[in-house]
Amino acid sequence: MFTAPLVVAYPYKRTVGTLLSRFFQSLQEGRLEGTKGSDGRVYFPPAEFDPVTGRQLDEWVTLAETGTVVTWAWQSVPQPDQPLERPFAWALITLDGADVPLLHAVDAGDMARIRTGSRVKVRWADERSGGIRDIACFDLLEGAS
Amino acid sequence: MARRDVAIVATAQRPNEVGSTLTSVELILPVINDVITKVGIERQKIGFWCHGSCDYMSGQPFSFVAAVDAIGAWPPIVESHVEGDGALALYEAWVKIQTGECDVALVFSNGKTTSGPIDRILNLQADPYMVTPLWPGFDSLAALQARACLDAGVLSEADMAEVAARSYRDALNNPIAYAKENVTAEQLLARPYTTAPLRAHDCGVPVDGANAIILAAGDAARGLAGRPAWIRGIDHRIDTQRLGARSMVESSSAAIAAANAGAGDDRIDIAELHAPYTHQEILLRRAMNLGEGTHVNPSGGALVSNPAMAAGLARFAEAAESVFSGSADRVLAHCTSGPMLQQNLVCVMEGD
Repeated sequence: MFTAPLVVAYPYKRTVGTLLSRFFQSLQEGRLEGTKGSDGRVYFPPAEFDPVTGRQLDEWVTLAETGTVVTWAWQSVPQPDQPLERPFAWALITLDGADVPLLHAVDAGDMARIRTGSRVKVRWADERSGGIRDIACFDLLEGAS
Repeated sequence: MARRDVAIVATAQRPNEVGSTLTSVELILPVINDVITKVGIERQKIGFWCHGSCDYMSGQPFSFVAAVDAIGAWPPIVESHVEGDGALALYEAWVKIQTGECDVALVFSNGKTTSGPIDRILNLQADPYMVTPLWPGFDSLAALQARACLDAGVLSEADMAEVAARSYRDALNNPIAYAKENVTAEQLLARPYTTAPLRAHDCGVPVDGANAIILAAGDAARGLAGRPAWIRGIDHRIDTQRLGARSMVESSSAAIAAANAGAGDDRIDIAELHAPYTHQEILLRRAMNLGEGTHVNPSGGALVSNPAMAAGLARFAEAAESVFSGSADRVLAHCTSGPMLQQNLVCVMEGD
């Protein structure tokens, strides 16, 4: 039996609330800001509510553009809309000064060049619109891993 | 309120396939008719119908409403839908029976996994601001979890290949399993990475499937099945949706759910674990303290046939059938949902 393609999309906008508004604005302006929880742990991306107490978090911490790979996986065949069009690494990355890692892509070029513990640095997007994609990806810090 | 005794009394599953051109209704209808025929019950005696499926997979909102065509809405019925695996619909039906509003419930689920890029589609269920815009796919997220486990020495790639080889071999005895192969772990390890550190055999095979289960309380259950699979404990727990804040090397929600379901109170003969990735089966076995005496996934599990949204309820069907046949006395059925074992539902069942 024949099949025909059916692509469904729902373009819409939604407000993101006070915490993500500040976070996305700081990304657009080229700053990395996380929030500090009651146990002292720093979250990046920021946590809106304390995972321990449930209290709303409002203590902001500015973080460095460098960080460490906690775990990684190799995307050998990039898929549509992913951060990079050539093979790359997905990674959980803990920014220097943060305690909880974020998910993003590392433009490592070759699987042999990255490992757990690799040092990486933010590569900002050329055009930033306020969102996690304002970070284009991370680059490996040469010689530092 | 005393807890009512509730049992699975019948199950039906359609053979898992790839590239089905049937509609959801056409997938579901045969298993509904099959499971009702097995217990010989009048449809009017079914006090609650509960469905598990995913609108993202169908590509249309409220797609589940069409499924009512497969069960018939006249005379009026009481029905509900869960945007998730059929096993979560089973939990809702179990609660419904606990309320005393009905004695018999029919639970069903369907997943047409091969009609679109399922790895991309499920990404729509992730964090809409921090994760979905990156389009990582569930295989990539599972691969991050597997790498963390390998780094921590929790498991090895050989352990993962052993899980796959055992599943592919066990599937040879399961007529409705899709992928089956007489293969060894060494042979599997010689194959290339797909999303390193995962190889193809580490990821459940997306297939199209549907299944149905009838639950009944007390005397109604005894009248419908020779040896009902009595639900002794059932619990559903969720880890944080923040991927980075979750332990990558253990599943605390699975451990809590298993403990609350009473998994550790006595030996488990058979455990049907919904592990779409090989390393996740190992994490689940550890979280639930399943030992050598427990046969894990004799059906081949979700690795050999992974109809998303039906693969969890399939575990309940397989576990219950082993009680019906007398091949097991005390069994465990498990369902996961979300990336990296985010949600875990555990159920312990026993025969009389």
